[in-house]
Amino acid sequence: MTMSTAPRFWRHIPQRYNLIGTHCANCGEYYFPPREICPNCRRDTVMEDYKFEGTGTVVTYTVIHNATEDFKRQTPYTLAIIQLDEGPRLTGQVVADPDDVEIGTKVKSIFRILGKDGEKGIIYYGTKFVPAESSA
Amino acid sequence: MPAGIVSYGVYIPKYRIRVEEIARVWGDESDVSGNLNVFKKSVPDVDEDAVTIAVEASRNAIRRGRIDPTRIGVIYAGSESHPYAVKPTSTIVGEAIGTNTDLTAADFEFACKAGTAAIQACLGLVSAGMVDLGMAIGSDTSQGAPGDALEYTAAAGGAAYVIGKDDLIAEIEDFYSFTTDTPDFWRREGMPYPEHGGRFTGEPAYFKHVTNAARGLMRKMGVSPEDYDYAVFHQPNGKFPLRVARQLGFTKEQIDQGLVVPEIGNTYSGSCLIGLAATLDVARPGDRIFAVSFGSGAGSDAFSIMVKDEIDELGGGVPLVRDYISDTKNEYLDYAMYAKHKGKLRL
Repeated sequence: MTMSTAPRFWRHIPQRYNLIGTHCANCGEYYFPPREICPNCRRDTVMEDYKFEGTGTVVTYTVIHNATEDFKRQTPYTLAIIQLDEGPRLTGQVVADPDDVEIGTKVKSIFRILGKDGEKGIIYYGTKFVPAESSA
Repeated sequence: MPAGIVSYGVYIPKYRIRVEEIARVWGDESDVSGNLNVFKKSVPDVDEDAVTIAVEASRNAIRRGRIDPTRIGVIYAGSESHPYAVKPTSTIVGEAIGTNTDLTAADFEFACKAGTAAIQACLGLVSAGMVDLGMAIGSDTSQGAPGDALEYTAAAGGAAYVIGKDDLIAEIEDFYSFTTDTPDFWRREGMPYPEHGGRFTGEPAYFKHVTNAARGLMRKMGVSPEDYDYAVFHQPNGKFPLRVARQLGFTKEQIDQGLVVPEIGNTYSGSCLIGLAATLDVARPGDRIFAVSFGSGAGSDAFSIMVKDEIDELGGGVPLVRDYISDTKNEYLDYAMYAKHKGKLRL
Protein backbone atom coordinates (compact mmCIF):
# COMPACT_ATOMS: atom_id res chain seq x y z
CA MET A 1 0.00 0.00 0.00
CA THR A 2 1.27 3.47 -0.84
CA MET A 3 0.58 6.60 1.16
CA SER A 4 -2.28 8.10 -0.76
CA THR A 5 -3.29 11.68 -1.35
CA ALA A 6 -6.76 10.40 -2.27
CA PRO A 7 -8.58 11.56 0.91
CA ARG A 8 -7.21 15.08 0.61
CA PHE A 9 -8.27 15.26 -3.04
CA TRP A 10 -11.66 13.68 -2.30
CA ARG A 11 -12.49 16.39 0.25
CA HIS A 12 -12.08 19.05 -2.44
CA ILE A 13 -14.06 17.34 -5.22
CA PRO A 14 -17.09 19.70 -5.01
CA GLN A 15 -14.88 22.79 -5.33
CA ARG A 16 -12.63 21.32 -8.00
CA TYR A 17 -15.28 19.77 -10.23
CA ASN A 18 -18.07 22.30 -9.94
CA LEU A 19 -16.73 25.44 -8.26
CA ILE A 20 -18.99 24.94 -5.25
CA GLY A 21 -18.41 27.85 -2.87
CA THR A 22 -20.66 29.61 -0.43
CA HIS A 23 -22.97 32.61 -0.40
CA CYS A 24 -24.02 34.58 2.66
CA ALA A 25 -27.74 35.20 2.30
CA ASN A 26 -27.49 37.89 4.98
CA CYS A 27 -25.11 40.27 3.21
CA GLY A 28 -25.01 38.76 -0.28
CA GLU A 29 -21.25 38.11 -0.36
CA TYR A 30 -19.91 35.09 -2.33
CA TYR A 31 -16.93 33.01 -1.18
CA PHE A 32 -14.57 30.67 -3.01
CA PRO A 33 -13.15 28.52 -1.56
CA PRO A 34 -16.16 28.06 0.69
CA ARG A 35 -16.26 29.64 4.14
CA GLU A 36 -18.47 28.63 7.03
CA ILE A 37 -18.55 32.04 8.71
CA CYS A 38 -19.09 35.27 6.78
CA PRO A 39 -16.49 37.79 7.98
CA ASN A 40 -18.97 40.61 7.33
CA CYS A 41 -21.83 39.14 9.33
CA ARG A 42 -20.09 36.92 11.89
CA ARG A 43 -22.79 35.53 14.22
CA ASP A 44 -25.50 36.71 11.81
CA THR A 45 -24.05 34.57 9.00
CA VAL A 46 -26.64 32.77 6.85
CA MET A 47 -24.32 30.66 4.71
CA GLU A 48 -25.51 28.45 1.84
CA ASP A 49 -23.69 26.42 -0.78
CA TYR A 50 -23.40 28.17 -4.13
CA LYS A 51 -22.36 26.77 -7.52
CA PHE A 52 -20.44 29.45 -9.39
CA GLU A 53 -21.29 29.95 -13.06
CA GLY A 54 -17.63 29.44 -14.01
CA THR A 55 -17.36 32.64 -16.01
CA GLY A 56 -14.96 35.41 -15.11
CA THR A 57 -12.18 37.79 -16.11
CA VAL A 58 -8.39 37.49 -16.02
CA VAL A 59 -7.14 39.93 -13.37
CA THR A 60 -3.48 39.11 -13.90
CA TYR A 61 -1.45 36.18 -15.18
CA THR A 62 1.97 34.69 -15.63
CA VAL A 63 3.34 32.32 -18.27
CA ILE A 64 5.14 29.30 -16.83
CA HIS A 65 8.16 28.16 -18.86
CA ASN A 66 9.97 26.11 -16.20
CA ALA A 67 7.43 23.88 -14.53
CA THR A 68 7.48 21.24 -11.85
CA GLU A 69 7.73 17.61 -12.93
CA ASP A 70 3.94 17.13 -13.25
CA PHE A 71 3.49 20.08 -15.59
CA LYS A 72 6.58 19.78 -17.80
CA ARG A 73 4.57 18.54 -20.78
CA GLN A 74 2.31 21.59 -20.68
CA THR A 75 4.88 24.41 -20.87
CA PRO A 76 4.52 27.18 -21.75
CA TYR A 77 1.19 27.53 -19.99
CA THR A 78 -0.73 30.39 -18.46
CA LEU A 79 -1.56 30.59 -14.78
CA ALA A 80 -3.99 33.39 -13.97
CA ILE A 81 -5.83 35.03 -11.14
CA ILE A 82 -9.42 35.01 -12.32
CA GLN A 83 -12.19 37.11 -10.89
CA LEU A 84 -15.39 35.12 -11.11
CA ASP A 85 -18.43 37.13 -12.22
CA GLU A 86 -19.91 36.74 -8.74
CA GLY A 87 -16.84 38.36 -7.16
CA PRO A 88 -14.34 35.91 -5.64
CA ARG A 89 -10.88 35.50 -7.14
CA LEU A 90 -9.09 32.21 -7.64
CA THR A 91 -5.93 30.93 -9.28
CA GLY A 92 -6.41 28.73 -12.31
CA GLN A 93 -4.81 27.56 -15.52
CA VAL A 94 -6.04 29.15 -18.74
CA VAL A 95 -5.77 26.58 -21.54
CA ALA A 96 -4.88 28.69 -24.57
CA ASP A 97 -1.95 30.01 -26.54
CA PRO A 98 -0.27 32.41 -24.06
CA ASP A 99 -0.53 35.12 -26.73
CA ASP A 100 -4.34 34.83 -26.56
CA VAL A 101 -4.51 35.66 -22.86
CA GLU A 102 -4.27 39.17 -21.46
CA ILE A 103 -5.53 41.15 -18.50
CA GLY A 104 -9.27 41.53 -19.01
CA THR A 105 -9.73 38.36 -21.11
CA LYS A 106 -13.14 36.82 -20.46
CA VAL A 107 -12.90 33.14 -19.55
CA LYS A 108 -15.18 30.19 -18.87
CA SER A 109 -14.58 26.97 -16.97
CA ILE A 110 -13.75 23.56 -18.49
CA PHE A 111 -13.17 20.09 -17.01
CA ARG A 112 -9.61 18.79 -17.28
CA ILE A 113 -6.98 16.65 -15.59
CA LEU A 114 -5.28 18.80 -12.95
CA GLY A 115 -2.58 16.27 -12.11
CA LYS A 116 -1.75 12.65 -11.48
CA ASP A 117 -0.33 11.00 -8.38
CA GLY A 118 2.45 9.29 -10.34
CA GLU A 119 1.95 6.24 -12.59
CA LYS A 120 -0.03 4.25 -10.01
CA GLY A 121 -1.88 6.91 -8.02
CA ILE A 122 -5.17 8.66 -8.56
CA ILE A 123 -5.91 11.15 -11.29
CA TYR A 124 -6.95 14.59 -10.09
CA TYR A 125 -9.73 16.08 -12.17
CA GLY A 126 -11.07 19.59 -11.86
CA THR A 127 -11.61 23.01 -13.32
CA LYS A 128 -9.43 24.97 -15.68
CA PHE A 129 -10.42 27.89 -17.89
CA VAL A 130 -10.45 28.80 -21.58
CA PRO A 131 -11.13 32.14 -23.31
CA ALA A 132 -14.90 32.56 -23.38
CA GLU A 133 -15.28 32.61 -27.18
CA SER A 134 -13.82 29.10 -27.51
CA SER A 135 -16.23 26.23 -28.35
CA ALA A 136 -14.26 24.00 -25.96
CA MET B 1 -45.07 4.37 -23.62
CA PRO B 2 -42.33 5.27 -26.10
CA ALA B 3 -38.80 5.98 -24.92
CA GLY B 4 -35.91 7.71 -26.57
CA ILE B 5 -33.63 10.73 -26.60
CA VAL B 6 -34.43 13.70 -24.34
CA SER B 7 -31.21 15.57 -25.05
CA TYR B 8 -27.71 15.04 -26.39
CA GLY B 9 -24.29 16.69 -26.33
CA VAL B 10 -20.90 16.14 -27.89
CA TYR B 11 -17.34 17.20 -27.28
CA ILE B 12 -14.42 17.08 -29.70
CA PRO B 13 -10.95 18.34 -28.68
CA LYS B 14 -9.66 21.29 -30.67
CA TYR B 15 -6.35 19.81 -31.82
CA ARG B 16 -5.96 18.17 -35.23
CA ILE B 17 -3.24 16.33 -37.08
CA ARG B 18 -3.38 15.79 -40.83
CA VAL B 19 -3.20 12.18 -42.01
CA GLU B 20 -0.56 13.27 -44.53
CA GLU B 21 1.67 14.40 -41.65
CA ILE B 22 1.51 10.93 -40.07
CA ALA B 23 2.20 9.31 -43.47
CA ARG B 24 5.20 11.64 -43.96
CA VAL B 25 6.81 10.49 -40.72
CA TRP B 26 6.44 6.79 -41.55
CA GLY B 27 7.46 7.16 -45.19
CA ASP B 28 4.12 6.02 -46.57
CA GLU B 29 4.01 7.54 -50.04
CA SER B 30 0.64 6.13 -51.06
CA ASP B 31 -2.41 8.37 -51.05
CA VAL B 32 -3.35 7.46 -47.48
CA SER B 33 -5.92 10.25 -47.05
CA GLY B 34 -7.62 9.37 -50.32
CA ASN B 35 -7.55 5.64 -49.62
CA LEU B 36 -9.10 6.07 -46.18
CA ASN B 37 -11.24 9.10 -47.00
CA VAL B 38 -9.88 10.59 -43.75
CA PHE B 39 -7.96 13.85 -43.99
CA LYS B 40 -7.37 14.82 -40.39
CA LYS B 41 -8.16 13.52 -36.94
CA SER B 42 -8.82 15.06 -33.55
CA VAL B 43 -6.14 14.86 -30.87
CA PRO B 44 -6.73 15.34 -27.15
CA ASP B 45 -4.90 18.02 -25.19
CA VAL B 46 -2.29 16.76 -22.72
CA ASP B 47 -4.80 17.17 -19.89
CA GLU B 48 -7.76 15.49 -21.62
CA ASP B 49 -8.83 11.85 -21.48
CA ALA B 50 -12.00 9.77 -21.90
CA VAL B 51 -13.29 11.11 -18.56
CA THR B 52 -12.88 14.82 -19.32
CA ILE B 53 -14.43 14.29 -22.77
CA ALA B 54 -17.36 12.38 -21.22
CA VAL B 55 -17.90 15.18 -18.70
CA GLU B 56 -17.85 17.94 -21.32
CA ALA B 57 -20.24 16.02 -23.60
CA SER B 58 -22.56 15.28 -20.66
CA ARG B 59 -22.57 18.91 -19.54
CA ASN B 60 -23.45 19.94 -23.10
CA ALA B 61 -26.36 17.46 -23.07
CA ILE B 62 -27.57 18.81 -19.71
CA ARG B 63 -27.39 22.42 -20.94
CA ARG B 64 -28.96 21.73 -24.34
CA GLY B 65 -32.02 20.02 -22.84
CA ARG B 66 -32.13 22.20 -19.70
CA ILE B 67 -32.13 18.93 -17.75
CA ASP B 68 -32.27 18.83 -13.97
CA PRO B 69 -29.33 16.42 -13.34
CA THR B 70 -30.90 15.14 -10.13
CA ARG B 71 -33.51 13.39 -12.33
CA ILE B 72 -30.80 11.13 -13.75
CA GLY B 73 -30.94 7.71 -12.08
CA VAL B 74 -28.38 5.84 -14.15
CA ILE B 75 -25.11 6.66 -15.90
CA TYR B 76 -23.43 4.17 -18.20
CA ALA B 77 -20.14 5.35 -19.70
CA GLY B 78 -18.81 3.45 -22.68
CA SER B 79 -15.15 3.65 -23.70
CA GLU B 80 -12.21 1.51 -24.67
CA SER B 81 -9.82 4.04 -23.11
CA HIS B 82 -11.17 4.44 -19.56
CA PRO B 83 -8.21 6.04 -17.74
CA TYR B 84 -8.56 3.69 -14.78
CA ALA B 85 -8.51 -0.10 -15.14
CA VAL B 86 -10.44 -0.19 -11.85
CA LYS B 87 -12.39 2.94 -10.82
CA PRO B 88 -15.40 4.00 -12.85
CA THR B 89 -15.50 6.84 -15.34
CA SER B 90 -19.27 7.03 -14.74
CA THR B 91 -18.99 8.07 -11.09
CA ILE B 92 -16.72 10.97 -12.00
CA VAL B 93 -19.22 12.08 -14.64
CA GLY B 94 -22.06 11.84 -12.10
CA GLU B 95 -20.27 14.08 -9.62
CA ALA B 96 -19.23 16.53 -12.33
CA ILE B 97 -22.75 16.98 -13.71
CA GLY B 98 -24.36 17.17 -10.28
CA THR B 99 -26.48 14.04 -10.01
CA ASN B 100 -27.92 12.87 -6.71
CA THR B 101 -26.37 9.91 -4.93
CA ASP B 102 -29.45 7.71 -5.55
CA LEU B 103 -27.79 6.70 -8.78
CA THR B 104 -26.64 3.48 -10.36
CA ALA B 105 -23.57 3.69 -12.56
CA ALA B 106 -21.16 1.45 -14.43
CA ASP B 107 -18.59 1.57 -17.20
CA PHE B 108 -19.07 -0.29 -20.46
CA GLU B 109 -16.46 -1.57 -22.89
CA PHE B 110 -17.25 -3.02 -26.30
CA ALA B 111 -14.57 -1.51 -28.57
CA CYS B 112 -16.36 1.14 -30.68
CA LYS B 113 -19.94 0.32 -29.71
CA ALA B 114 -19.89 0.65 -25.91
CA GLY B 115 -21.86 3.90 -26.19
CA THR B 116 -24.77 2.39 -28.10
CA ALA B 117 -24.80 -0.59 -25.71
CA ALA B 118 -25.11 2.00 -22.91
CA ILE B 119 -28.11 3.56 -24.70
CA GLN B 120 -29.80 0.15 -24.92
CA ALA B 121 -29.24 -0.52 -21.20
CA CYS B 122 -30.61 2.93 -20.31
CA LEU B 123 -33.64 2.32 -22.54
CA GLY B 124 -34.37 -0.87 -20.60
CA LEU B 125 -34.32 0.84 -17.19
CA VAL B 126 -36.26 3.85 -18.44
CA SER B 127 -38.89 1.76 -20.24
CA ALA B 128 -39.37 -0.41 -17.14
CA GLY B 129 -40.03 2.71 -15.10
CA MET B 130 -37.11 1.96 -12.78
CA VAL B 131 -35.41 5.33 -13.40
CA ASP B 132 -36.66 8.69 -14.63
CA LEU B 133 -33.71 9.58 -16.87
CA GLY B 134 -30.56 7.76 -17.94
CA MET B 135 -27.27 9.14 -19.27
CA ALA B 136 -25.50 7.01 -21.90
CA ILE B 137 -22.03 8.08 -22.96
CA GLY B 138 -19.52 7.02 -25.57
CA SER B 139 -16.11 8.71 -25.27
CA ASP B 140 -12.60 7.76 -26.23
CA THR B 141 -9.04 8.91 -26.61
CA SER B 142 -8.24 5.95 -28.78
CA GLN B 143 -4.73 4.67 -29.32
CA GLY B 144 -2.84 3.58 -32.40
CA ALA B 145 0.70 2.27 -32.13
CA PRO B 146 3.33 4.44 -33.83
CA GLY B 147 3.51 3.41 -37.48
CA ASP B 148 0.44 1.15 -37.27
CA ALA B 149 -2.44 1.62 -39.73
CA LEU B 150 -4.70 2.55 -36.78
CA GLU B 151 -2.59 5.64 -36.12
CA TYR B 152 -4.02 7.35 -39.20
CA THR B 153 -7.53 7.33 -37.77
CA ALA B 154 -7.51 6.77 -33.97
CA ALA B 155 -8.98 10.02 -32.67
CA ALA B 156 -10.61 11.58 -29.61
CA GLY B 157 -14.16 12.69 -28.92
CA GLY B 158 -17.39 11.74 -27.27
CA ALA B 159 -21.14 12.06 -27.11
CA ALA B 160 -23.69 11.84 -24.31
CA TYR B 161 -27.38 11.03 -24.66
CA VAL B 162 -30.05 11.62 -22.04
CA ILE B 163 -32.58 8.80 -22.34
CA GLY B 164 -36.11 9.08 -21.00
CA LYS B 165 -39.82 8.72 -21.69
CA ASP B 166 -41.07 12.32 -21.43
CA ASP B 167 -40.27 15.34 -23.59
CA LEU B 168 -38.57 13.21 -26.24
CA ILE B 169 -36.75 15.07 -28.99
CA ALA B 170 -36.46 11.74 -30.81
CA GLU B 171 -38.20 8.46 -30.17
CA ILE B 172 -36.15 5.29 -30.46
CA GLU B 173 -38.77 3.25 -32.29
CA ASP B 174 -36.90 -0.03 -32.02
CA PHE B 175 -33.43 -1.55 -32.01
CA TYR B 176 -31.83 -4.80 -33.08
CA SER B 177 -28.37 -6.17 -32.31
CA PHE B 178 -26.15 -8.73 -34.02
CA THR B 179 -23.31 -10.21 -31.97
CA THR B 180 -20.68 -12.92 -32.54
CA ASP B 181 -17.29 -13.89 -31.13
CA THR B 182 -15.00 -12.41 -33.78
CA PRO B 183 -11.42 -11.51 -32.78
CA ASP B 184 -10.83 -8.70 -35.30
CA PHE B 185 -9.38 -6.12 -32.87
CA TRP B 186 -8.30 -6.35 -29.23
CA ARG B 187 -6.09 -4.93 -26.50
CA ARG B 188 -4.78 -7.17 -23.73
CA GLU B 189 -4.69 -5.99 -20.12
CA GLY B 190 -1.75 -3.66 -19.48
CA MET B 191 -0.91 -3.20 -23.15
CA PRO B 192 -0.76 0.41 -24.34
CA TYR B 193 -1.88 -0.18 -27.92
CA PRO B 194 -4.50 -2.44 -29.52
CA GLU B 195 -3.79 -5.15 -32.07
CA HIS B 196 -5.94 -5.94 -35.07
CA GLY B 197 -6.42 -8.45 -37.82
CA GLY B 198 -5.71 -6.12 -40.77
CA ARG B 199 -8.12 -6.90 -43.59
CA PHE B 200 -9.89 -9.36 -41.27
CA THR B 201 -11.49 -6.26 -39.67
CA GLY B 202 -13.42 -5.72 -42.92
CA GLU B 203 -15.73 -8.39 -44.36
CA PRO B 204 -15.97 -10.87 -41.43
CA ALA B 205 -16.17 -8.07 -38.88
CA TYR B 206 -17.47 -4.60 -39.84
CA PHE B 207 -19.49 -5.50 -42.92
CA LYS B 208 -20.95 -8.78 -41.62
CA HIS B 209 -22.13 -7.25 -38.34
CA VAL B 210 -23.35 -3.89 -39.64
CA THR B 211 -25.32 -5.44 -42.50
CA ASN B 212 -26.84 -8.18 -40.33
CA ALA B 213 -27.90 -5.71 -37.63
CA ALA B 214 -29.28 -3.28 -40.21
CA ARG B 215 -31.19 -5.95 -42.16
CA GLY B 216 -32.38 -7.52 -38.93
CA LEU B 217 -33.91 -4.26 -37.76
CA MET B 218 -35.49 -3.50 -41.13
CA ARG B 219 -36.95 -7.02 -41.23
CA LYS B 220 -38.20 -6.72 -37.63
CA MET B 221 -39.90 -3.40 -38.34
CA GLY B 222 -40.95 -4.06 -41.93
CA VAL B 223 -39.15 -0.97 -43.23
CA SER B 224 -36.68 -0.25 -46.02
CA PRO B 225 -33.94 2.38 -46.62
CA GLU B 226 -36.41 4.61 -48.48
CA ASP B 227 -38.35 5.08 -45.23
CA TYR B 228 -35.46 7.08 -43.75
CA ASP B 229 -34.27 10.66 -44.24
CA TYR B 230 -30.84 10.02 -42.74
CA ALA B 231 -28.57 7.09 -41.97
CA VAL B 232 -25.50 6.87 -39.74
CA PHE B 233 -23.04 3.99 -39.70
CA HIS B 234 -19.99 3.45 -37.53
CA GLN B 235 -17.07 5.26 -39.09
CA PRO B 236 -13.68 3.53 -38.61
CA ASN B 237 -12.63 5.31 -41.81
CA GLY B 238 -14.39 7.23 -44.55
CA LYS B 239 -14.70 4.28 -46.94
CA PHE B 240 -16.47 1.60 -44.88
CA PRO B 241 -19.65 3.57 -44.08
CA LEU B 242 -20.01 4.62 -47.73
CA ARG B 243 -19.63 1.05 -48.93
CA VAL B 244 -21.94 -0.48 -46.31
CA ALA B 245 -24.58 2.16 -47.03
CA ARG B 246 -24.45 1.23 -50.72
CA GLN B 247 -24.68 -2.49 -49.90
CA LEU B 248 -27.78 -1.88 -47.79
CA GLY B 249 -29.47 0.41 -50.30
CA PHE B 250 -28.95 3.77 -48.59
CA THR B 251 -27.84 6.74 -50.67
CA LYS B 252 -24.84 9.01 -50.14
CA GLU B 253 -27.27 11.88 -49.50
CA GLN B 254 -28.76 9.97 -46.57
CA ILE B 255 -25.39 9.52 -44.83
CA ASP B 256 -23.59 12.75 -45.77
CA GLN B 257 -24.83 14.78 -42.79
CA GLY B 258 -23.63 12.25 -40.22
CA LEU B 259 -20.34 11.40 -41.92
CA VAL B 260 -17.81 13.19 -39.71
CA VAL B 261 -14.83 10.82 -39.93
CA PRO B 262 -13.07 12.61 -42.85
CA GLU B 263 -12.71 15.68 -40.59
CA ILE B 264 -12.11 14.20 -37.11
CA GLY B 265 -11.08 10.55 -37.58
CA ASN B 266 -12.50 7.57 -35.73
CA THR B 267 -13.63 8.56 -32.24
CA TYR B 268 -14.35 4.90 -31.39
CA SER B 269 -17.14 4.79 -28.76
CA GLY B 270 -18.02 8.33 -29.85
CA SER B 271 -18.02 7.61 -33.58
CA CYS B 272 -21.57 6.54 -34.42
CA LEU B 273 -22.97 8.73 -31.63
CA ILE B 274 -21.23 11.90 -32.89
CA GLY B 275 -22.49 11.07 -36.40
CA LEU B 276 -25.99 10.72 -34.97
CA ALA B 277 -25.60 14.03 -33.11
CA ALA B 278 -24.47 15.78 -36.31
CA THR B 279 -27.67 14.46 -37.90
CA LEU B 280 -29.90 15.52 -34.99
CA ASP B 281 -28.27 18.97 -35.23
CA VAL B 282 -30.11 19.55 -38.53
CA ALA B 283 -33.02 17.12 -38.30
CA ARG B 284 -36.58 18.41 -38.42
CA PRO B 285 -39.65 17.02 -36.66
CA GLY B 286 -40.89 13.95 -38.54
CA ASP B 287 -37.46 13.04 -39.92
CA ARG B 288 -36.48 9.43 -39.51
CA ILE B 289 -32.89 8.34 -38.78
CA PHE B 290 -31.35 4.88 -39.15
CA ALA B 291 -28.20 4.39 -37.03
CA VAL B 292 -25.91 1.36 -36.78
CA SER B 293 -22.84 1.10 -34.54
CA PHE B 294 -20.08 -1.49 -34.74
CA GLY B 295 -17.78 -2.71 -32.02
CA SER B 296 -14.92 -5.10 -32.67
CA GLY B 297 -15.06 -8.38 -30.93
CA ALA B 298 -17.76 -8.09 -32.44
CA GLY B 299 -21.25 -6.67 -32.59
CA SER B 300 -23.55 -4.06 -34.08
CA ASP B 301 -26.54 -2.20 -32.63
CA ALA B 302 -29.06 -0.83 -35.12
CA PHE B 303 -31.59 1.85 -34.12
CA SER B 304 -34.64 3.35 -35.81
CA ILE B 305 -35.18 6.92 -34.59
CA MET B 306 -38.12 9.25 -35.22
CA VAL B 307 -37.48 12.98 -34.61
CA LYS B 308 -40.21 14.73 -32.58
CA ASP B 309 -41.51 18.30 -32.41
CA GLU B 310 -39.63 18.87 -29.13
CA ILE B 311 -36.31 19.01 -30.99
CA ASP B 312 -37.12 22.64 -31.77
CA GLU B 313 -37.15 23.43 -28.05
CA LEU B 314 -33.51 22.47 -27.46
CA GLY B 315 -31.20 25.35 -26.73
CA GLY B 316 -28.63 26.39 -24.21
CA GLY B 317 -26.13 27.85 -26.67
CA VAL B 318 -24.42 24.48 -26.94
CA PRO B 319 -21.96 23.94 -29.83
CA LEU B 320 -23.14 21.77 -32.72
CA VAL B 321 -20.93 19.01 -34.09
CA ARG B 322 -20.09 21.18 -37.10
CA ASP B 323 -19.07 24.01 -34.73
CA TYR B 324 -16.41 21.75 -33.24
CA ILE B 325 -15.34 20.53 -36.67
CA SER B 326 -15.01 23.95 -38.31
CA ASP B 327 -13.92 26.00 -35.30
CA THR B 328 -11.36 28.56 -36.45
CA LYS B 329 -9.59 28.06 -33.12
CA ASN B 330 -8.72 24.47 -34.03
CA GLU B 331 -4.95 24.00 -33.93
CA TYR B 332 -2.94 21.73 -36.19
CA LEU B 333 -0.08 19.73 -34.71
CA ASP B 334 2.99 18.27 -36.34
CA TYR B 335 3.87 14.66 -35.50
CA ALA B 336 6.27 15.64 -32.70
CA MET B 337 3.64 17.71 -30.89
CA TYR B 338 1.07 14.99 -31.56
CA ALA B 339 3.36 12.42 -29.94
CA LYS B 340 3.72 14.70 -26.91
CA HIS B 341 -0.05 15.17 -26.64
CA LYS B 342 -0.70 11.45 -26.86
CA GLY B 343 1.98 10.55 -24.32
CA LYS B 344 3.86 8.52 -26.90
CA LEU B 345 7.13 9.96 -25.65
CA ARG B 346 8.22 8.24 -22.45
CA LEU B 347 10.41 10.67 -20.48
